[in-house]
Amino acid sequence: MTVESTAAARKPRRASKRASATKKPQSSEPQLVQLLTPEGERVQHPEYDIDLSADELRGLYRDMVLTRRFDSEATALQRQGELGLWASLLGQEAAQIGSGRALRDDDYVFPTYREHGVAWCRGVDPTNLLGMFRGVNHGGWDPTTNNFHLYTIVIGSQTLHATGYAMGVAKDGADSAVIAYFGDGASSQGDVAESFTFSAVYNAPVVFFCQNNQWAISEPTERQTRVPLYQRAQGFGFPGVRVDGNDVLACLAVTRSALERARRGEGPTLVEAFTYRMGAHTTSDDPTKYRHDDERAAWEAKDPILRLRTYLEAEGHADEAFFTSLDEESDVLAKRVREAVRAMPDPEDMAMFDHVYADGHSLVDEERAQFAAYQASFAEEGN
Amino acid sequence: MAVQKLPLAKALNESLRKALETDPKVLIMGEDVGKLGGVFRITDGLQKDFGEDRVIDTPLAESGIVGTAIGLALRGYRPVVEIQFDGFVFPAYDQIVTQLAKMHARALGKIKLPVVIRIPYGGGIGAVEHHSESPEALFAHVAGLKVVSPSNSSDAYWMLQQAIQSDDPVIFFEPKRRYWDKSEVDTEAIPGPLHAARVAQPGSDVTLAAYGPMVKVCLEAAAAAAEEGKSVEVLDLRSMSPIDFDTIQTSVEKTGRLVVVHEAPVFYGSGAEIAARITERCFYHLEAPVLRVGGFHAPYPPARLEEEYLPGLDRVLDAVDRSLAY
Repeated sequence: MTVESTAAARKPRRASKRASATKKPQSSEPQLVQLLTPEGERVQHPEYDIDLSADELRGLYRDMVLTRRFDSEATALQRQGELGLWASLLGQEAAQIGSGRALRDDDYVFPTYREHGVAWCRGVDPTNLLGMFRGVNHGGWDPTTNNFHLYTIVIGSQTLHATGYAMGVAKDGADSAVIAYFGDGASSQGDVAESFTFSAVYNAPVVFFCQNNQWAISEPTERQTRVPLYQRAQGFGFPGVRVDGNDVLACLAVTRSALERARRGEGPTLVEAFTYRMGAHTTSDDPTKYRHDDERAAWEAKDPILRLRTYLEAEGHADEAFFTSLDEESDVLAKRVREAVRAMPDPEDMAMFDHVYADGHSLVDEERAQFAAYQASFAEEGN
Repeated sequence: MAVQKLPLAKALNESLRKALETDPKVLIMGEDVGKLGGVFRITDGLQKDFGEDRVIDTPLAESGIVGTAIGLALRGYRPVVEIQFDGFVFPAYDQIVTQLAKMHARALGKIKLPVVIRIPYGGGIGAVEHHSESPEALFAHVAGLKVVSPSNSSDAYWMLQQAIQSDDPVIFFEPKRRYWDKSEVDTEAIPGPLHAARVAQPGSDVTLAAYGPMVKVCLEAAAAAAEEGKSVEVLDLRSMSPIDFDTIQTSVEKTGRLVVVHEAPVFYGSGAEIAARITERCFYHLEAPVLRVGGFHAPYPPARLEEEYLPGLDRVLDAVDRSLAY
């Protein structure tokens, strides 16, 4: 028998194996914690009930609407050439606002690069988020002002920073908590697994908030895991819970519970917010190449903003004046963001040498001086 | 007792003890650093005296060790991390290069990352694969990191404390085959700057520039050359990032000749950087091209071959002769 014929003989068997490997495991659709159905009906959950005033409910709605408007404005600014790139959060507003509003001021947040809604909840001026996407800095805000760390682009790295920070919180005897955001793609990274290990063995007060938005650029969740992501936690020795990521009330309740658990010294929790990235991964991505329109349509029916609006209206918690006023506020925000981006100055030439080191470095000093002299030589020629 | 003769390893141990005593924010982290006191016993006895909360045994995960150290630094601690051996640093390389080195700049200086990463490095102890490498150039190439290596007990004692006090991340390469070499430490002296080179042996005919484990070899070479009537100046660079080019320049302007010696492969190594910059600075003073002696562009060899791979007395003296022959 030749090598070729052996391969040919094996081919069908391999193909059938591969087919079964891409099939979704049955256990991938576990019960989600849900407090508000896609139809906008309030439902109860035995573990995660929550009692919010009409004012608080309107506040969550406002956060989601303004965040979405900020996001769509940023996408538009990218299309107009004002930003080099934008990572849209469209569809993930409930996961971010729900978890973000569960935080206390003294909690500390380690985001990835899509947590515009969480940044909003922390009081970070949204225009600050745009510097890195416009190309004028690599982050730029002071993380300690709002306890909101810089965006992290390398996938999953920040989960370890969050764990270390939480270890420090515990050493300090503080009762604050730390939250690390990451996506379903990052769950495949070694750093995320190592952060689970470290947080478990040191009982660190950290909440891992995974926004499973179903797609890591073009790779589906099935390419990242064979078990539902929240179940990973069990193997590391801490609880995991899957929450409806398009239900802002459930995200708030589940995150609040996980943070309280961390504060009580009971260690980490993994929250998997089951949600959907309705837009592209970033403005450089083309999701039409790898996913069907009907998938997005199915998720649009679960839209986090529409369902809360339905509920607010049905319960009489918000009147038309509220919605009109919010539309106006959105327009004002969009205008402010647009103007701020266009007015954002390019950094000075010499800025690239700033803050390379805290204590200075002779090579940086030397190269700064050389480059300054070089730049100055042009100025002199022009005179 | 201010002045004592200590093995380099013990000087590091005393230095860490002093740092833990001086600053309650200093933490030691790493694999086996607690009860065992580290595989080279550099942290011996520290957990017993400072507790498991200050001297922290970690899971066996290098990226996790450095990544959590970054988080602890953001919380205001000053972690001193031990990577067990040079070749084991690479799982943490991503955290060091993409996170630790850049975070201060990304925050426009608003946050500091005072993390020290101690790495026992280099060959000559007959170890197995991944236990004898000299990856210092890979770190020195990265803006945001500082890279140093002591060659004697006094520098081990003082440079480590200075690295811990620095607000920048410092990669602290420990010459593991010198751990057991004894020399004097004055614990009450006022140390020189962390990144200044030192003239270890004055001379007038040719300059040898080295750091870490190769300083001793170069001093031996200078002594051997002296018997042949050649006056060799030996520089202990101490710091690979930044490099104290002024001290090298002063020496080369005097001798007119420079040989750079390190264990790491010569190709793209720190010797290349020194040769290029000194050629720029001292072109009209040089009597010969800057020569380099170091490892080969090959994986670090099995222990039975390492004596051939590592620059020894003869290869250094050969380079001195070649330089003087121009």
